[in-house]
Amino acid sequence: MISQSDNVLKLNSINRRMFILTAAKVIILGGIVSRLFFLQVKENKKYLTLSDKNRIREWKLPPVRGNFEDYFGNTIAGNFEAYQLHLIPEEVENFRYTINRIKNILRLSEKQFQRVLKKKKEIKSWETLIVANNLTWENFSKINNNLYDLNGVKPVISISRNYPFKEYYTHILGYVSQANEQDILSNENIKEKFVQGLKVGKIGLEKTFENDLIGSNSIERYEVNAYGRRISQLAFQKGDQGKTIKLTVDTELQKLSNELLAEKAGSICVMDIFTGHVVAMHSSPSFDPNQFVFGISSDDWQLIRNNPMKPLINKSLTGNYSPGSTIKPIVALSALENKIVNTKFKVHCKGHKNPLELYGQKYHCWKKEGHGFVDLREAMKQSCDTYFYEIARKLGVDKLSETAKKFGLGEKVFGNLFKNEKNGLVPNTIWKKNALGRNWLLGETIITGIGQGYIQTTPIQLCLMTAQIANGGHKIYPKLILDKNNNEEDKFMPLVNQNRNINIVKEAMFSSTNEIRGTSYRSRIDDPKYQFAGKTGTAQVKRITKKDRELDLETSEIPYEERDHALYIAFGPYKSPRYAVSILVEHGGSGSSVAAPLAKKLFKKIVDRHEIRKNFETNKYLNI
Amino acid sequence: MYLHNRINNKNNSFQKIRDLDFILLFCILLLGFISLATMYSTDGGQILFHTKSHFSKFLIFTLLMLMISFFNIRFWYSLGYLSYLLIVVMLFWTMYFGITASGSQRWIDLYFINIQPSELMKIFIILCLAKFFHRKRLENVNSFYSVIISLIIIFLPMSLVIIQPDLGTALLIAISGIIVLWFAGLNHKYFFYSFLISLISLPFIISFLQPYQKLRVLTFLNPDRDPLGAGYQIIQSKIAVGSGGLFGKGFLQGTQSYLEFLPEKHTDFIFTLFSEEFGFLGSVLLLLLYAVIIYRVMKIGAISRSYFAKLFCYSFGSSLFIYIIINMSMVLGLLPIVGSPLPVMSYGGSSMLATMIGFGIVMSAKVHSKQSIA
Repeated sequence: MISQSDNVLKLNSINRRMFILTAAKVIILGGIVSRLFFLQVKENKKYLTLSDKNRIREWKLPPVRGNFEDYFGNTIAGNFEAYQLHLIPEEVENFRYTINRIKNILRLSEKQFQRVLKKKKEIKSWETLIVANNLTWENFSKINNNLYDLNGVKPVISISRNYPFKEYYTHILGYVSQANEQDILSNENIKEKFVQGLKVGKIGLEKTFENDLIGSNSIERYEVNAYGRRISQLAFQKGDQGKTIKLTVDTELQKLSNELLAEKAGSICVMDIFTGHVVAMHSSPSFDPNQFVFGISSDDWQLIRNNPMKPLINKSLTGNYSPGSTIKPIVALSALENKIVNTKFKVHCKGHKNPLELYGQKYHCWKKEGHGFVDLREAMKQSCDTYFYEIARKLGVDKLSETAKKFGLGEKVFGNLFKNEKNGLVPNTIWKKNALGRNWLLGETIITGIGQGYIQTTPIQLCLMTAQIANGGHKIYPKLILDKNNNEEDKFMPLVNQNRNINIVKEAMFSSTNEIRGTSYRSRIDDPKYQFAGKTGTAQVKRITKKDRELDLETSEIPYEERDHALYIAFGPYKSPRYAVSILVEHGGSGSSVAAPLAKKLFKKIVDRHEIRKNFETNKYLNI
Repeated sequence: MYLHNRINNKNNSFQKIRDLDFILLFCILLLGFISLATMYSTDGGQILFHTKSHFSKFLIFTLLMLMISFFNIRFWYSLGYLSYLLIVVMLFWTMYFGITASGSQRWIDLYFINIQPSELMKIFIILCLAKFFHRKRLENVNSFYSVIISLIIIFLPMSLVIIQPDLGTALLIAISGIIVLWFAGLNHKYFFYSFLISLISLPFIISFLQPYQKLRVLTFLNPDRDPLGAGYQIIQSKIAVGSGGLFGKGFLQGTQSYLEFLPEKHTDFIFTLFSEEFGFLGSVLLLLLYAVIIYRVMKIGAISRSYFAKLFCYSFGSSLFIYIIINMSMVLGLLPIVGSPLPVMSYGGSSMLATMIGFGIVMSAKVHSKQSIA
């Protein structure tokens, strides 16, 4: 039995301890409250930010790419509304049924169907599955008509790149395609703006002006749950479209160039001889850049890649060709400038039956019977090789190369604008010593005089050269991009010492086209409004052997790869020149029969378009 | 004296109702209401399974509490050892026939309800030890015999719970027992030395922990070492509480819980959700409500005539305090994560049942406060 007194003792003890513990409790409770205060009041901002970071997620949408416009403001690379079919797997009640239904409606092939199923496996069930990314209007409406049966399927209109003129501008603009790892790594801007489905320029101006064109992402802000699933949209921030870039090119001329070179491999360049505006620049064959926007099929790619005419190569800029006789105006000019010859100097051409023999080598003129005694004008007109062998020999390669370089040969015409533009090659003695480690041979000078041997030019260089001859020997800067600021200081700097010399060369070129026995006489236009002056060129691809000369085969009888390149340079209208042209037809045969006739058709259009261009310009200023 | 008690005992049930502690009852009902509202919020602002189940449990257990309070405190005194033994048997039963969920065997299937005996042990160990010390003279409390017996009473269920494994509940059972020992008058030096010993042996204890438990300790020390794995719970919990601010995000507006960033939001982390939605002020008010409840429990202990009732009330009140503090410290990142529910607020039948039985016995002590036990 417990006694009363013990009970009292026990009660005293328990009450004492209760007070101790109560004091401890108050302190601990104070600790908890201060912790709460610390978290909720003092550090509130920090945790509020963290909480928002948790729940708010931003989705970047692909930016809308800037347009390209031609001189007249026509959109040559724009954006179109692609009809796409999106589907969120978890919102579809019966995925199997729905996807098969879509397959039947769109008539998807088994391959495409499997690709969609594979894609579905790779994504989360609440993420968007793109079933088709570019539907025809017909299929799109079919889907819309059947929507009652397709729960969870969303027909979507999305913005995508479009090249309305298809193959016309491919080699200037390049094309866009899905950004790959290399694009992202090499360009900070792409890295920053990258989203699934972002298309970036792969080549051409699309690549060069990537940073201007790309625009900025639209941003969608969503509230998401812990599993990343979107709960509700909080905000939408519209991005800016990329800059519009205006080109100097005239679509009509570009279109004509394209038609003239149809079925042929080659290039046409047309340049304004004063402003340097490139009004047409086409390389044939071309291909449709729209194929690349959603990824080209492997069959189509093989077709382009294996085409013997090499559509992937931009021949205007990256094709290095022997200029052939088109170099003769420069050779003549150089000789006149260096006072090696005057207009009265004559050479006796005996034809390739009796070739010129110099230093133990034979040099043939193209004409079997020979030209007889020719002066500069006659030699240019009939493109007498013997005459140019002779003056090249007298001139020497170093002086020739000096003049050629002045006129824009041997260096990139557009500077950094195109990554793959070629320099061409204007050889001289120092170059050969450095590059090949051997001494220059006199024989090499002689063939350089007719544009064979080491010398190589791109069609755009020839065009620039012609333009600078046509404008009286003044320096110009070719332009593809239309911009107001003309900050080239040495623009129109004279390239020749005596204007008379230029006029002699121009007059000689005129005779070549407009006088009987001129090499391009058949392609002349008599109407002074359209009249042009030019120079043909036929560049050998392989050395002409003795046997070849004896056979004297027609072009069509020679294997394609061994046929000569046909070249033609021209400027017009002759009375007051404004445009320079260079035409190249790869393995086309002779310049006079293949390239020059194209110029005839071209010049009519060029002059007509010039009127419109001029009016457009004045109107533009009037509007301001 | 005895006669007086006899007269009181003859009071009808109306008198007993009048003797209930209405402040305590009101506070418990208020707490129940708050917990239901919070549960409603965890269900995303709908009356779903958790809300319904919590409501019915709270209703049944409140009635049970009232029933318990009408039984004489002597009756509960007499049940002290028996109930303890019954729970021990249930723990053994759990060991062999228990239901395993998420890696530990804690529940037994009573056909109509799954019960967690370890939760009930938190109450019945207090009842058992209170009876034990009620029968001891003060000078015998510190005797070797009574210390050993009381330690056995504590360690037996504790070890049974540890092997489930459920370290959190085992610790809470031990703490409940130790609190009774403290109030019973066990010499301070025992507490001091055992605290010292456990501090020294802490590294050894840690080396015996399960890998996941070690991870919890490491995570507690530095939650950022694995923010998406082991540290996820505590980081998200702190974000939820911290983002609540002074006034909270508003009822049903807690983004952390609504968007499912909060784990275990029905059970151990219920306070996080409450704190996110009602802010610092709400949390302090909730703490205040708990404080009032504990104060009333202690007060009843203070007015109880019998030593048993006093010991039970003090120990129960203090244990309740410890449970709350441990739960909140865990949620606020002050302690490693151990499974410990917030009394009444957390979803879970056994925990609520234990707490309500505790309240029932306290109420019974109030109603029969003039009752002395020989």
